Amino acid sequence: MKIDIILAGVGGQGILSIAAVIGEAALNQGLFMKQSEVHGMSQRGGDVQSNLRISDQAIYSDLIPTGKADLVLALEPMEALRYLSFLSVDGWLVSNSVPYVNIPNYPEEEKLQESISGFQRKVILDVDSIAREAGSVRAANMVLLGAASPFLQLDYSGLEQAVRHIFGRKGETVVELNLKALSMGKAIAEQVLKP
Amino acid sequence: MNKLLLLGDEAVAQAALDAGISGVYAYPGTPSTEITEYIQSSDKAQKENIHRAWSANEKTAMEAAMGMSFAGKRSMVCMKHVGVNVAADPFMNSAISGIVGGLVFVAADDPSMHSSQNEQDSRFYGRFAMIPVLEPSNQQEAYDMAYQAFELSEKLGFPVMLRITTRLAHSRSGVIRREERAQNELHFSDDPRQFVLLPVNARQRYKRLLAAQQDMQAISEASSFNTFLPGKDMSKGIIACGIAYNYLMENFQDGCPYPVLKIGQYPLPKEAVAQLLESCDQLVVLEEGYPLVEEMIGGLLNVGNKVTGRLSGILPRDGELNPDIVAAAFGLKTTKLYEKPEVVMPRPPALCQGCGHRDMYDALNAAIADYGERAKVFGDIGCYTLGYLPPFRALHACLDMGASITMAKGAADAGLEYAVAVIGDSTFTHSGMTSLLDAVYENTPITVIISDNEVAAMTGGQDSPGSGRLEAICAGLGVEPEHIRSLLPLKKNHDEMVRVIKEEINYPGVSVIIPRRACIHTLKRKKTASNEN
Ligand SMILES: Cc1ncc(C[n+]2csc(CCOP(=O)(O)OP(=O)(O)O)c2C)c(N)n1
Ligand code: SF4
Repeated sequence: MKIDIILAGVGGQGILSIAAVIGEAALNQGLFMKQSEVHGMSQRGGDVQSNLRISDQAIYSDLIPTGKADLVLALEPMEALRYLSFLSVDGWLVSNSVPYVNIPNYPEEEKLQESISGFQRKVILDVDSIAREAGSVRAANMVLLGAASPFLQLDYSGLEQAVRHIFGRKGETVVELNLKALSMGKAIAEQVLKP
Repeated sequence: MNKLLLLGDEAVAQAALDAGISGVYAYPGTPSTEITEYIQSSDKAQKENIHRAWSANEKTAMEAAMGMSFAGKRSMVCMKHVGVNVAADPFMNSAISGIVGGLVFVAADDPSMHSSQNEQDSRFYGRFAMIPVLEPSNQQEAYDMAYQAFELSEKLGFPVMLRITTRLAHSRSGVIRREERAQNELHFSDDPRQFVLLPVNARQRYKRLLAAQQDMQAISEASSFNTFLPGKDMSKGIIACGIAYNYLMENFQDGCPYPVLKIGQYPLPKEAVAQLLESCDQLVVLEEGYPLVEEMIGGLLNVGNKVTGRLSGILPRDGELNPDIVAAAFGLKTTKLYEKPEVVMPRPPALCQGCGHRDMYDALNAAIADYGERAKVFGDIGCYTLGYLPPFRALHACLDMGASITMAKGAADAGLEYAVAVIGDSTFTHSGMTSLLDAVYENTPITVIISDNEVAAMTGGQDSPGSGRLEAICAGLGVEPEHIRSLLPLKKNHDEMVRVIKEEINYPGVSVIIPRRACIHTLKRKKTASNEN
């Protein structure tokens, strides 16, 4: 078993909290993992990514080779497209649909949609609205993670357990909120996957 | 023991704690910062009062670590690669004096310049100082090497360099810890001359360093960090240094057909290299950074071009390695199914909305708008360097920490009418104070703007040792009190700021303007942290 994930977003959006949950779930299942992060300059509103690799065999490279990623998981649609070249033949794109516009030359909505719709294996969802429905926009990351869960080859209960552990010290309400967000994201992906 | 999930930086920090350090000395700098931050947040460090406060710069850090070693205790110094330049004086001399308590010098290099102004390779410094260098390929090795480096340092009596790079520093993986060791007792050198590097002593110490080269070589030859993996295909022999080994093996998941010498410890194991060179048609050297090993083995002429790598051109001369680049060096194909769509625009970093540096640049740009080419702004290193980018386009230079003030001075000496320096508070105390003294000494007509946000923001909001003292420092250095002007950088104060900057740039002497407002990003982060506790 091996799964290579590219997490993408804009500095400050918090892609690393998604990596933390997946990473903990993977370790609890006794798997190997490597996760490279971007710290430093780019965190000031620039594009950021994290390479997350999970396997039942030892992992060598901290970086995923071109054309080998199983999943691009993005909190921002243009950032999702930035890493398309890393996707493998059966790779999936799971992304937030809402643009984060902090540059003057951000592409027009239509052109962006066009680019995304040209790609087949994808789950695109408005994570903020869904999170709001779940109780708070702050759970947006967990909505996205939920939408990615069918592709992760990890037990869903393991993800839930990691959410419980990681958000545990913030109290039971926060845990429940994030679990709900997770399951709402999952439901949407399952809808897309239905034959 | 359970595996800990640690960044490379954190693995180094945990190893140092387990190896019984009494102090870490460091100035922040990507990708080294998280080493010290890990120790700062460790319970053990707090309980045992292990030194962990930030130093003013890398040189003071190295010197303090030498003081701790002088007193018999183990210390670690951490910095980014360009910090090694700042620490170079004590660093080079520490190899002459040698150490008492184990001293590990961590240099974190940044190939591809993710957050730096160059990609210099610290292994050259290790070789220059003639001390052992350890270079891990993964987080577990980072832990093991850091742990063992203290023993090695004490055994040899010299500092040991641990060289890491961004990718390892900022990547997480499982790490198994070793036994915790107690701190050293206070004790001193038997030789009262050891640390007194008068020429008469230094000559003796240098001979000792030269004599020790043989031991260092022998230890490298036998080191478990230098390993040979046999291969059947002798058309190529591979030398893979540090993290480059991972990119090699990523491409040969079922085992590498060629013999591989994995290098983790320098000086280079001569015998192993010679054997590989003899038995193979061609050597491929994979190293992250400059072509140090390739050049050492190939020599100036590399007759017959037997040694290949970044210099020969099978790998790019600059930039970070990755699995794709290494694949190409072996003629292996990568499958790229999709291109990055054209709609994807670069998203460069920018100053946060509401940042005080923005108000400072708006005012500065307005104040010098009429002067055209007669005014130049010398920048420095920190978040405010982003003032070079649109919409501000405010900077004409940025060289190294502290250079804003001294470059402005030199340009003023050359006849530039309006020479303005923009520097951050942490950078000012790092190495701007001596620059300012040079200007005061000659009363050079420059205007220095210390854009004070009370932290080192670019590297994550570390404390700035000059906080609350900047005016006093400038006055103490001899800047006239009426030309030290404090401002509150807010939109509503724009006109006043423009007026003050105009006044001071027209004053034919040294003036310092201090716009002061806390970094809002750091404030936000602290608020979230305190809400969670
Ligand atoms: C010699 C050296 N050491 C460390 C660094 C890393 N570094 C870059 S910016 C910075 C902090 C700057 O803080 P400050 O001057 O207060 O500016 P701010 O980022 O807060 O605006 C540091 C430590 C460096 N580039 N060079
Ligand atoms: S981190 Fe602080 S200093 Fe840096 S751009 Fe943001 S607000 Fe300004």
